[in-house]
Amino acid sequence: MEPRQESVIPASGRDYRSSSQDSMSSVTQRWTVWNCAALLCQTSARILVWLLGLLYFSSLPLGIYLLIMQNTTMGVLMVSLVPVSLLIVMVWQAVGIDGRNQIAMSGPSSGCGFLMSVVVHGDLALSEQEKELNQRLRSLYPAVNEQETPLPRSWSPKDKFSYIGLSQNNLRVHYKGHGKTPKDAASVRATHPIPAACGVYYFEVKIISKGRDGYMGIGLSAQGVNMNRLPGWDKHSYGYHGDDGHSFCSSGTGQPYGPTFTTGDVIGCCVNLINNTCFYTKNGHSLGIAFTDLPSNLYPTVGLQTPGEVVDANFGQHPFVFDIEDYMREWRTKIQAQIDRFPIGEREGEWQAMIQKMVASYLVHHSYCATAEAFAKSTDQAVHEELASIKNRQKIQKLVLSGRMGEAIETTQQLYPSLLERNSDLLFMLKVRQFIEMVNGTDSEVRCLGGRSPKSQDSYPGSPRLFNSPVHKASSSQTYQTSTYYIHKIFFLPAWVKKHLTKMILQKSGLLHQKKNFYTEVEMEVDHFSNGVSESSSNGFLNGSSTHGIDLEELDSAQSKRQLCGGSQAAIERMIQFGRELQSMSEHLRRERGKNSANKKMLKDAFSLLAYSDPWNSPVGYQLDSIQREPVCSTLNSAILETHNLPKQPPLALAVGQAAQCLSLMARTGSGSCAFASVDDYLH
Amino acid sequence: MMACLLEAPLRISVLSEVTATSRHYVDRLFDPDPQNVLQGVIDMKNAVIGNNKQKANLIVLGAVPRLLYLLQQSSSSLELRTECAVVLGSLAMGTENNIKSLVDCHIIPALLQGLLCSDLIFIEACLRCLRTVFISPVTPVQLLYTDPTVIPHLMSLLSRSRHTKEYITQIFAHCCKTPEHQTVLFNHSAIQNIAPLLISPSDKVRMQALKCFSVLAYENTQVSMTLVNVLVDGEQLSQVFVRMMQRDKPIEMQLTAAKCLTYMCRAGAIRTDDNCIILKTLPCLVRMCSKERLLEERVEGAETLAYLMEPDVELQRIASFTDHLVSMLADYFKYPSSVSAITDIKRLDHDLKHAHELRQAAFKLYASLGSNDEDIRKKITETENMMDRIVSGLSESSIKVRLAAVRCLHSLSRSVQQLRTSFHDHAVWKPLMKLLQNAPDEVLVMASSTLCNLLLEFSPSKEPILDSGVIELLCSLTQSDSPALRVNGIWALMNMAFQADQKVKVEIVRALGTEQLFRLLSDPDTNVLMKTLGLLRNLLSTRPHIDQIMSSHGKQIMQAVTLILEGEHSIEVKEQTLCILANIADGNTAKELIMTNDDMLQKIKYYMGHSNVKLQLAATFCISNLIWNEEDGSQERQDKLKDMGFVDILHKLTQASDPNLCDRAKTAMQQYLA
Repeated sequence: MEPRQESVIPASGRDYRSSSQDSMSSVTQRWTVWNCAALLCQTSARILVWLLGLLYFSSLPLGIYLLIMQNTTMGVLMVSLVPVSLLIVMVWQAVGIDGRNQIAMSGPSSGCGFLMSVVVHGDLALSEQEKELNQRLRSLYPAVNEQETPLPRSWSPKDKFSYIGLSQNNLRVHYKGHGKTPKDAASVRATHPIPAACGVYYFEVKIISKGRDGYMGIGLSAQGVNMNRLPGWDKHSYGYHGDDGHSFCSSGTGQPYGPTFTTGDVIGCCVNLINNTCFYTKNGHSLGIAFTDLPSNLYPTVGLQTPGEVVDANFGQHPFVFDIEDYMREWRTKIQAQIDRFPIGEREGEWQAMIQKMVASYLVHHSYCATAEAFAKSTDQAVHEELASIKNRQKIQKLVLSGRMGEAIETTQQLYPSLLERNSDLLFMLKVRQFIEMVNGTDSEVRCLGGRSPKSQDSYPGSPRLFNSPVHKASSSQTYQTSTYYIHKIFFLPAWVKKHLTKMILQKSGLLHQKKNFYTEVEMEVDHFSNGVSESSSNGFLNGSSTHGIDLEELDSAQSKRQLCGGSQAAIERMIQFGRELQSMSEHLRRERGKNSANKKMLKDAFSLLAYSDPWNSPVGYQLDSIQREPVCSTLNSAILETHNLPKQPPLALAVGQAAQCLSLMARTGSGSCAFASVDDYLH
Repeated sequence: MMACLLEAPLRISVLSEVTATSRHYVDRLFDPDPQNVLQGVIDMKNAVIGNNKQKANLIVLGAVPRLLYLLQQSSSSLELRTECAVVLGSLAMGTENNIKSLVDCHIIPALLQGLLCSDLIFIEACLRCLRTVFISPVTPVQLLYTDPTVIPHLMSLLSRSRHTKEYITQIFAHCCKTPEHQTVLFNHSAIQNIAPLLISPSDKVRMQALKCFSVLAYENTQVSMTLVNVLVDGEQLSQVFVRMMQRDKPIEMQLTAAKCLTYMCRAGAIRTDDNCIILKTLPCLVRMCSKERLLEERVEGAETLAYLMEPDVELQRIASFTDHLVSMLADYFKYPSSVSAITDIKRLDHDLKHAHELRQAAFKLYASLGSNDEDIRKKITETENMMDRIVSGLSESSIKVRLAAVRCLHSLSRSVQQLRTSFHDHAVWKPLMKLLQNAPDEVLVMASSTLCNLLLEFSPSKEPILDSGVIELLCSLTQSDSPALRVNGIWALMNMAFQADQKVKVEIVRALGTEQLFRLLSDPDTNVLMKTLGLLRNLLSTRPHIDQIMSSHGKQIMQAVTLILEGEHSIEVKEQTLCILANIADGNTAKELIMTNDDMLQKIKYYMGHSNVKLQLAATFCISNLIWNEEDGSQERQDKLKDMGFVDILHKLTQASDPNLCDRAKTAMQQYLA
């Protein structure tokens, strides 16, 4: 709708905006008087709520306490207060509703009975809706990192003009000004701007009531745009108005755009962050492009102008009327076709050679020697590391992953004499791990004490097959990586990420599928670099871990049988002794090289295991999980490689990490196409 | 010039060399050793791939009959027969002339015969060749249906392999052109056989199966009604089609699936307010009209969309605001664009080829969009240069474009406002009149229908049209063999006569001639009859006109009226006739024609007592006119009618339950009382 400037500008010809001041003050005045009564009721209601809440929440624990202390009478009395207080609330609500209708209308002061009932009964429905919202947003915008750029989920109670009222979890917007002239227009923005990583963003607004004149505007605006206006009237503000169906592109005069809209209509607004355009929908029908060359970081915005206008937003709380997934599918296809058709021109041969090199280096890095050899042979490449060296690394890694740390350290010292001497932090880390493995009962030292042969079946799930010969790898039993493994891994990582390393490390896993049969499967983990700094890495060596899930189950069932250090008294003594050695090593390190908070924490966490009768089920029990061997293993592997002047990261992992990093950089700089170019899609 | 001369002998020698090698290939087909023949065919296969010249040579040299002979000989090895089919298939891939030669050599029956063989590889080779032949526009489709055993056999082969599925469905999709073909395929359970192919893992098979359904369902209620009840893997067919319209599917698939649903909807198998139409098919078709699509796709999209929403105003409304469709269509007129002429000649050629198609598709869609809703018509006429485009479209060389343009004009001419404004401003009547002079019937029907609207009394174009000799033209239309044209002609005359000058009326009567008028009054088409009566009624309006026309043609008109009142006609026709009589009774001198005709008076009396109120009302009206007080001789007429017993009837009618009739009778009775 047009601002209808001619009717607005007073005879004196003063500026539009300044003239709005005087009329506003009178409105505020009236408001205050009207609000006073409401405020009074509101305060009394709140005090009552607090009292009841206090009674309600304190009576139960107090009652239980009294019951335990065998003060039965008082205990029963206190415990029974819970239902009694509830009953009071309900009765009060039933009585209060009639008299309180008017207050309930004014939004936040809705009766306390209502409030309580929401707390008691509404919780379930609320979380249900919340869950649906989260689920829908995740599936629509998988590329969005909500830690960095949260998605809009409701209207902002802070970022609105005073004539706007919010209710129903800040999703319903109603007009509460007097709506005489366009000066009385009022808008509200969503809590967050639209993240570029959405690629395509969509929200819908349902017109609950068109009010007096139906001067409603739905659109987008940047932070800081005047809220005393309808969307579209100002710079960096865009809107589609219901009364005339015009679109307003940062201007007081609209362009004919679509049909008008009114009570019952559902208007959708779709922002395409790839080509920076926007289109609207009405009742599920696309109306065509409304705006082009949109700036970034726009907020969903609605504006109302006359009394009685009420609109509801749907940021994903409910299914959308318009089939936005279909539209996104089109753009995903477009972007992926663009990537697929990326011209490499004359350099096709170079590309192939490069890719082969990357694959070979990856295989060597992770010491898949037989596979690497076969691959190098069939692709005519030279391996830059001696076979013996690869085999040595393989041996060490195998020991680490099977939890035989003592042997691993010994072998490392044997094969790379100066490595651990020079790198005392690494040695400390290995030793701490050894301590943990001792607790676990898997380390070779405690094993022999426990009467078990060190060569016996190790407990690392899936590890027996880790370094199988290539022939075995191709066997049908080791089919594709199952998705359960990913779920498992993703599930596990955050705990480790938070507790073990202070810097954020995000792992991405992928499966590289090669043509040749005998190296069918190579599984890799990819480091994610935050802030462009490459942090400590972790490389997985889970090859053909299709049996992983089953192993876990076995582990779980065996849990009850697990005993400290394998149950041997001698082993426990050895472990405690080793712990002392570790403690002194830590002190020694501190004296020599100053404080190291990472080391300190590592040791503390490891020692904490002894504080629990069942370390496996303790809060620090995650350390005992075999998956924690992986980072240790990869750190050791990288260190060994570094001594040979080889990269501590395989180029393949580096490239994948770089691609992922590029995507997040794109998200930050506002190129929406990153939404449809997930690295994972290409690794499968 | 010199260069050409020098080159010419060289070219001939090259040509003869080519012919020589070709001859060598053909000669080897006649080798007595079958092994040599096989090797010869294989070599020939490798030689012709992608070489149109070689293909033409071999055909000229008579390779085809020999290959067909080898293919049909049961003594030939299966390998040889297969290779022959492959070579023939390769030859068919060439130019249209190749196909013609192949068809002339009776390749189709030979290959169809080959399908009876049990070897799958051979069958596939035959099918591939058949497919290539049948998809060519030069092949007569009927050849597939001459032998009644062919279709059932093809159905039985359908599930043999991925290739048989693809080729057979492709043949069906191209060879189903008439309702008869649809019925034949339908009766051989094409639907049940092809439906499972819609979820085939092969893209090509799915696409061809989909195309089959689109040609089967086109304007076919039987097929459409069956289709809605078909389940594919437990899912309704319409849902399968909806999935095929997803935006990430190939455009061809989206478009064809939308066509299937459109045809099913138009046949009444799916309601127009079904979500799969309103939220899926319609938006999909609108997308097909967008600039991003190929010209062919845009044409098909627009035509299908026009067809889909033709009968439904709600769909028209939705389409009118979906994705700026109305302005999107304006782009259809911009080919060939100035850019295409500059960039390259190929593009220009391509654009030129599609320009007509694009324009006619756009006109069709506009016509469909504007057929019911006034707001949409306004939106259309406000589109840039719209009226100019229609005007120039009316005089384009392509009949298709002219027809579509006049359809569009007709659709827009239903708007009173447009008739008064843009139609007049752009003098659309001029090209319209020109179009009417010399055009095929289908164009004439639309054009004359539009003219009817332009001749409405409030249309400012009426005057200039009258001056351009339209009366003669319309009169000639009334003599047409086509009932639609006769209706339009007489309708236009009727509109023209409404509240017209004496001069115009006289001119109409003169040009039409009483003889033609009578012929029209005995026209088998009720519509023609009704409009002719309407014309008479309009001619006999104001009193001086009535008297004048009745004085010159009174006898004939009275005869005609008698004839109709006595004949077997519908109530509407009789009512219209009685109204004419009432008009006659309003004249000064014309009255006497009725008063002196006792037979007629008896008839009026009869209709006053008729069971139908409308007829009673019209008859009473007539009497009321006859006994009207203020006119000369009213007393005598009153007396005469009183004697005939009219007063009693009028008296009775004053008690009638119908208020109109009652009032009318009372007014008449008052004439007696005064």
